[in-house]
Amino acid sequence: MSPSGAEVIRRIRSQIDEVDPSEVKAVLSETGDASAPVLLDVRESDEWDGGHVPGAKHIPRGYLESRVEGIVGADRSRRVIVYCASGQRSALAANTLKELLGYENVASMNGGITLWKDRGYAVETPVTLTREQRDRYSRHLLLPEIGLEGQTKLLNAKVLLLGAGGLGAPTALYLAAAGVGTLGIVDDDVVEVSNLQRQVIHTTDRVGMTKVDSAEAAIKGLNPDVQVVKHHTRMNAANIVEIIEGYDVIVDGVDNFPTRYLLNDATVRLGIPVVSASILGFDGQLSVFKPYDGPCYRCLYPVPPPAELAPSCGANGVVGVLPGTMGLLQATEVIKLVVGIGEPLVGRLLLYEALGATFTELKVRRDPDCPICSREPAEIRDDELGVFPDYEAFCAAAG
Amino acid sequence: MAKIKIPPVLRPSVGGEKEVQAGGGDVEAVLRALAEQHPATESQLFGADGQLNRYVNVYLNDEDVRVLGGLQTPVSESDTLVILPAMAGGAA
Repeated sequence: MSPSGAEVIRRIRSQIDEVDPSEVKAVLSETGDASAPVLLDVRESDEWDGGHVPGAKHIPRGYLESRVEGIVGADRSRRVIVYCASGQRSALAANTLKELLGYENVASMNGGITLWKDRGYAVETPVTLTREQRDRYSRHLLLPEIGLEGQTKLLNAKVLLLGAGGLGAPTALYLAAAGVGTLGIVDDDVVEVSNLQRQVIHTTDRVGMTKVDSAEAAIKGLNPDVQVVKHHTRMNAANIVEIIEGYDVIVDGVDNFPTRYLLNDATVRLGIPVVSASILGFDGQLSVFKPYDGPCYRCLYPVPPPAELAPSCGANGVVGVLPGTMGLLQATEVIKLVVGIGEPLVGRLLLYEALGATFTELKVRRDPDCPICSREPAEIRDDELGVFPDYEAFCAAAG
Repeated sequence: MAKIKIPPVLRPSVGGEKEVQAGGGDVEAVLRALAEQHPATESQLFGADGQLNRYVNVYLNDEDVRVLGGLQTPVSESDTLVILPAMAGGAA
């Protein structure tokens, strides 16, 4: 006669390693690096949402085999502690990890989260998504690198776009689609027909409308979760700090050097990372300037070029898809910074040449003598923001 | 001959090429050889004092020559120099 389910569970529990919640609490302090023990919650999503052990990772038991490597990694000797509500499902999951998947160092937490709570240990309750949000962001939620935790960070994030133009247009659309909760847009222009070859956030029937209003219409149509903050103005030394304060990441796509230096200096002082890109013709550049973690814009370009080598002073040609390519690389870096995954392009400059279809990566070092980021933030005065020699005169001379 | 990658703003000065070759034992010699072949590049690369203009970054392979040996950094046949002035185009 086949054994009953209860008998099978009893037998498995006797064969696997079980640990007390107090031991789990002790090992949790070791979490952080890639070899630290992993605490795995194998309950269903609604149980996880009701509260879980802080620092635990979540894989519903039904997805255990398909997702465990993404969370724990391929190292079969890594310590894995599994828990559920009472210790039964986690015992079965531990057995699967050990017998079928070859994880050598697996244990189940005795008594599950029920006993954990009885002991008075801390429980974390995640932000819950609505049914519509679960559906909308389902492809993010399926990624172990993003998941609910990452999506929550995106929904809570505030990202400022400087310009709703060539670079800002695709960046804004994809960040809105990704569920970045607050998108600020600084732009004082109106939509023109000649913009539409590349500024895909605007439409023919919105020609003449301000770019911030047009961008808002597109973003709202795409994702009502996103709050749009419109700054219909041109950024300058007098208003920059007021505009950028409170944002988590800034996406720089401005078309002139004075504003780039001004932005650099203000963001270094406020400690806000900037995802910066520029384009010309068929060429693009991209880097992430994360204050004090890596170099700043002035470390890379201490002095602006003279006007004849700075064609951005006037109107220039650009192949329409190029700002799309560069803007989406920017959007990707923003998501990595917000969620805290991958290796952001800090201290590296990426060059893209579209005609040859080549990418070149260059190292960018912090300049120990940088006039801005070699100093403490508090030492950078208001009247120093964006200062450099006579640049506007150069641009004016170039017409 | 080392390979030199030419940025968009300098391409008109080298007949529209994205990449040119120039010989020389160090960064300065290679850039001087470039300026000789394409005289229009000289004033864009070098200042009146003979130094590399501060607004032009030069990389030997992927490293800024300023953190190597500057203009005296040795260059071999298989190396690539990247000349990189700042670009600011974006929103327009």
